[in-house]
Amino acid sequence: MLTAIAVIAGLAAAFGVVLGFAAVRFRVEEDPVVDQIDAILPQTQCAQCGYPGCRPYAEAIANGEADINQCPPGGEAGIRALAELLDREPKPLSEEHGVEKPKMLAIIDEETCIGCTLCIQACPVDAIVGAAKQMHTVIDDECTGCELCVAPCPVDCIDMVPVKTTLQNWKWPEPEKFYAPGSPLAEEERDPEHDTRVNPTREAGHG
Amino acid sequence: MAEMRSRDGVQLHRFPGGLLLDDHKAMATQRPVEKAPLPKELVIPLQQHIGEPAMPIVEVGEHVLGGQPIAEAQGHISALVHATSSGTVKEITERLIPHPSGLTAPCVVIETDGKDEFVSPEPLDGWQQAEPAAIHQHVRNAGIVGLGGAAFPTDIKLTADEFLQIDRLILNGAECEPYICCDDMLMRERAEEVISGALVMLRALATERCQLAIEDNKPEAEQALRDAIKQADAADHIELVIVPSVYPEGGEKQLIQVLTGKEVPSDGLPIDIGIVCHNVGTAAAVHRAVVNGTPLVSRFVAVTGGGVREPRVLDSRIGTPFATLIESAGGALDSAVRLLMGGPMMGFAIRDDSVPVIKATNCILLATDDEIRPAKEPMPCIRCGECAQVCPASLLPQQLYWHTRAREMDKVEDYDIFDCIECGCCDVVCPSHIPLASHFRFAKTEIWGKEAERARADIARQRYEARQERIEKEKREQEERRQRKKKMLDNLDREKSKKDEIKAAMERAKQKKREKQEGKD
Amino acid sequence: MHYGVSPAPHLKPQTSVTKVMLQVLIALVPATLASVWYFGWGIMVQMLIATVFAVTAETLMLIARDRPLKPFIYDFSAVVTAVLLAFAVPPTAPWWLVAIGVVFAIIFAKHLYGGLGYNPFNPAMAGYVVLLISFPQEMTVWLAPEQLVFDEQRLSLYETLVTIFAGSFPAGVNVDAVTAATPLDAMRTGLANNQTVQEIRSNPLFGDFGGLGWEWIGNYIAIGGLWLMYRRVIRWQIPFGVIMGVGVPAVAFYFLDPGTHAGAPFHIFSGATLLCAFFIATDPVSAATTEKGRLIYGFCIGLLIYIIRSWGGYPDAVAFAVLLMNMAVPLIDHYTRPRTYGHAR
Repeated sequence: MLTAIAVIAGLAAAFGVVLGFAAVRFRVEEDPVVDQIDAILPQTQCAQCGYPGCRPYAEAIANGEADINQCPPGGEAGIRALAELLDREPKPLSEEHGVEKPKMLAIIDEETCIGCTLCIQACPVDAIVGAAKQMHTVIDDECTGCELCVAPCPVDCIDMVPVKTTLQNWKWPEPEKFYAPGSPLAEEERDPEHDTRVNPTREAGHG
Repeated sequence: MAEMRSRDGVQLHRFPGGLLLDDHKAMATQRPVEKAPLPKELVIPLQQHIGEPAMPIVEVGEHVLGGQPIAEAQGHISALVHATSSGTVKEITERLIPHPSGLTAPCVVIETDGKDEFVSPEPLDGWQQAEPAAIHQHVRNAGIVGLGGAAFPTDIKLTADEFLQIDRLILNGAECEPYICCDDMLMRERAEEVISGALVMLRALATERCQLAIEDNKPEAEQALRDAIKQADAADHIELVIVPSVYPEGGEKQLIQVLTGKEVPSDGLPIDIGIVCHNVGTAAAVHRAVVNGTPLVSRFVAVTGGGVREPRVLDSRIGTPFATLIESAGGALDSAVRLLMGGPMMGFAIRDDSVPVIKATNCILLATDDEIRPAKEPMPCIRCGECAQVCPASLLPQQLYWHTRAREMDKVEDYDIFDCIECGCCDVVCPSHIPLASHFRFAKTEIWGKEAERARADIARQRYEARQERIEKEKREQEERRQRKKKMLDNLDREKSKKDEIKAAMERAKQKKREKQEGKD
Repeated sequence: MHYGVSPAPHLKPQTSVTKVMLQVLIALVPATLASVWYFGWGIMVQMLIATVFAVTAETLMLIARDRPLKPFIYDFSAVVTAVLLAFAVPPTAPWWLVAIGVVFAIIFAKHLYGGLGYNPFNPAMAGYVVLLISFPQEMTVWLAPEQLVFDEQRLSLYETLVTIFAGSFPAGVNVDAVTAATPLDAMRTGLANNQTVQEIRSNPLFGDFGGLGWEWIGNYIAIGGLWLMYRRVIRWQIPFGVIMGVGVPAVAFYFLDPGTHAGAPFHIFSGATLLCAFFIATDPVSAATTEKGRLIYGFCIGLLIYIIRSWGGYPDAVAFAVLLMNMAVPLIDHYTRPRTYGHAR
């Protein structure tokens, strides 16, 4: 009996030492959780979440003030990533904060612009250049599509347009998308039968 | 690594996997190569190569001659684009191009005048003694890109470097994909151009040894090349190697493995193991640029498949619509159901036959129902592992597929998706008919897209933080200014009050004085 | 002119799931005929019952899971499961036995895991294990090879049908004459009674190297398996691994003490070793997928068969060995990844 207790106690002590040593020796230095959350957020800085930017929202999530489903640009994928990071259940995007939309870019109609600089002040990432009484323009590569510049414009000269697909940013669709009705590549609808060969559309083309 | 010997005793090696496929090449090699007719309109895309698109240097309405540059290379990895016949620039606009996306892209449209006048050729005389840099420049000016299908600017791969010892130049004439036979016909009909181009390339690379590899299903090309080597007295430098026909042996990495037994490092280039590999068509184009002095304005295109009346190889101007070429090959049969650019393994379907031939167009394949796979929904993967057996890169396609479907892109990368050469061997043997290579293309662009998004997000974060900082700073400065002003005002007040005190004291003193005087009085 | 578009690949496929499964069925024909020759019509009846129940269960599950019927029924995977299970149950077992086994296999081992391609365990073996554990009595009544039974005592087709559907041998059948232990059972019991292997093998149940009849069925299974290899439906690694896994320890122990250990030929040609090597362990869905992994997977199955046969509680162990190794597949696959082109060793 005594030996048993001694052995168990000895083992416990030994494992304790080993585990303690391992905890110190192999500690993984992790980014603070705010940085990790911020890295997942899309950095649109659109403030739709109710906070003035992505970083403040990340801080709010970390403090437990905000939920993980308040970021429309991040969408479903973003919520899933956050849920995984924070070990929570993913949930649908909260409607009061907006809906997931394809990525947009702001375009200033340079004819109408009066050079009031209000949009420049509104842009969270300084992606609009221009000076007072001079025409403004958006730097495409830096625009996050946050739409914050649209409302302040007194002459409604800012439009949000979807990002254009070009050879440079085109992505291969998933092969299933070829079969999907309405796909840009396959006009024909799917046969109810299993054999769904896409038939040639042999109309006289404009070729 | 398994070893073998070619017919004439050259030591060869095997690459893992691969497939023996019916080559369907004889169909289009029975007729001699013909020059395709001059179309009314040439549509010349500004981006026909890997890298930055070229920048147009002509204006609408301008008259151009064949061989005249119409767009300049932009940046290091880019290529010039030339007019391919004489005529007037009609538009510079977005047109449909042969691309799997079915998208339009900027093109220069030339209305041909039918005279087909060309600028005078500018050969590099005495290239045998020329500096490598001069040849390199000449090739760049000729707008030559890899004609095997990848369309990588050739000049970049023709740079001699004092730090890299180039062991050998490999000329790729394997042409392993079914139906494609433009290189075969080129080697049969223009073997001397290929050999001459090889010698120019050797000069540019400052190296002595060239291996020209062709598959053993091209005896006519082999004979023509042997004769050409003899005629050029180049046997000391150019060695013709006959390799057994296995798909995808014409893949650069696979051919290098067969000839040298070495593997190109995953994150490297052939030059890292002392090898430069070019297509035979590219060699012929280099010959024309340097020896004849004409830029890349045309290429051999195989117009073939069961859906073409008279399949053949055509010498086609860049910018000629596919429809014109199909017409020259006797026209399309009613049984043609699918139009492909490239072969049935790595090619892609095109909806509209008005798209132009580009530098990368090696084959126009009009397939009938009997030749193409019916579009059926795939069955689930049964993990038979045949895909792994035939994969020339020794990947595990079934695992890649599994993780791609689950959107576990980090695992997809971990299973080396970027070593996939998209040869499609796995597709052909899959009993479940899963379009594996298409899934892998999707996964690759998806990963790149995510990376680009990340990069943009990082920029946005930096700019946001910079802006926050600036606003902070502005606020701070404003606050400081306010403080300073206040202090100044305070000081002013205090000074004023001191003056007042002094004044008051003086007043008092005066008062006292007056009182004293009055008291004396 | 406009043409239709479709994703790559454009070249016609070389094979299909249906073709794979049909070839497996064809490869089983010689062994089935041999089984009929040695053990009577029972196996054919069992195959029929199993197939009817398997296809019915498959259909119902596909409907319940809202999957297309045509492609998944015509892939014949359910028939393969049924036929393999029918091979494993005694030829005169009552009809409900194989029915329960195959329905369990299709519903629980296959469809509840997601259907074709998603089942981690071999369905036929899962069904077999359920039967072996639930109905040990019925699973051990095996027939004697007909060559050991007097002509007039052999079961006719009618008597076989009655036995299967009524659940017991009809009156007038000499049960002791038509039934016998399987060679593996006989070996096991004999060794437990301190007989030497040589004494046990003098029993007419045993043939030249395995059990009488069994050894020839084994040969025909191997012929079918070799044909599948030739057709590239299966690769050599798993069969080779299984045979080595059984054979290597068998040879080793035989040399240690030939009196208490049967040799490698006996182990390979008895029971379901060869069926396992060529048809069961090679079920692609539940097997390892890498080349090296398949060798390891096969060898471990063989080793487990030998271990359980020699020291475990069951005379044969194919099902347990296969199911145990099914569980190890993800691990095996993970550690046997081939080296990708251009990557350091």
